[in-house]
Amino acid sequence: MKELSLNILDIAMNSVKAGATKVEIRLTETGNRLELTFTDNGCGMTEEQVNSVTDPFFTTRTTRKVGMGIPFLKLAAEQTGGSFAIQSETGERHGTVTTATFYTDHIDFTPLGDIVSSVSTLIRGSPDIRWVFAHETPNGAVALDTDELKAVLGDVPLDNYEVVKWIEEYLRESYAEVNQNET
Amino acid sequence: MKSLAELAAIKEKMKDKVVLREGSGEIRVVVGMATCGIAAGARPVLNAFVEKVNEAGLSEKVTVSQTGCIGVCQFEPVVEIFEAGKEKVTYIKMTAEKAAEVVEKHLKGGEVIQEYTISNAIS
Repeated sequence: MKELSLNILDIAMNSVKAGATKVEIRLTETGNRLELTFTDNGCGMTEEQVNSVTDPFFTTRTTRKVGMGIPFLKLAAEQTGGSFAIQSETGERHGTVTTATFYTDHIDFTPLGDIVSSVSTLIRGSPDIRWVFAHETPNGAVALDTDELKAVLGDVPLDNYEVVKWIEEYLRESYAEVNQNET
Repeated sequence: MKSLAELAAIKEKMKDKVVLREGSGEIRVVVGMATCGIAAGARPVLNAFVEKVNEAGLSEKVTVSQTGCIGVCQFEPVVEIFEAGKEKVTYIKMTAEKAAEVVEKHLKGGEVIQEYTISNAIS
């Protein structure tokens, strides 16, 4: 993947496919360390599946025999000296937590890229999911919770063209503010 | 700065409109957004379709949606166009520029761009 934001888009799709009603995507930057966490309340995976997801030749898909999403993210993290972990529950408290840490000053760190586009694509694609996005940096934070938007919007769906435009602009403005604080 | 008041204004504006969430379903544009599609550049293709369909005033007639992998990863980004009563058209190796062209010629003009279709690649 050319941008980390594309990995993020791809991995979050797993939560959508797992039938999650709430998906949290968190990016936390401290110094040269970036932690990326996906938390969903989807169906979860069995222990066997959890052990297999980092294997590119494992997938639940029937359209092809490989599953590259998780291996790509794991590689992107590990090639910076970072790490990858995944925890999942299938029982009553079902859900999955996927964590990847990166060292942003490593030469093999993939730039974040257009994260706003990834977040808006996810919201537009699955407007019924509660999306929580938070990016914390030493210079400030960018945050969005679609439940707060829904409280204002009522029955206007989140995938409405103008609503998605608003979301994109809101996030871009928030990022501009954070970048301004950068010294 | 963007405010929630603007969202409230959007809601107000939508009140008088019938919410055609699924479009009227006349034409469906489906963009493959699995790992293969995303890695090959599907995100800008999807966004271009959404933008151009809206710009062309086709949003009542055309629905743009996302799907997983349809199994022809080597041809990604893949876009399928479903239209009632017509054969499905599969466009391959799409770009944002080609997407704009498809909206103009195919979705608006009703003319399939053969050059970009999968049948052109495998025949």
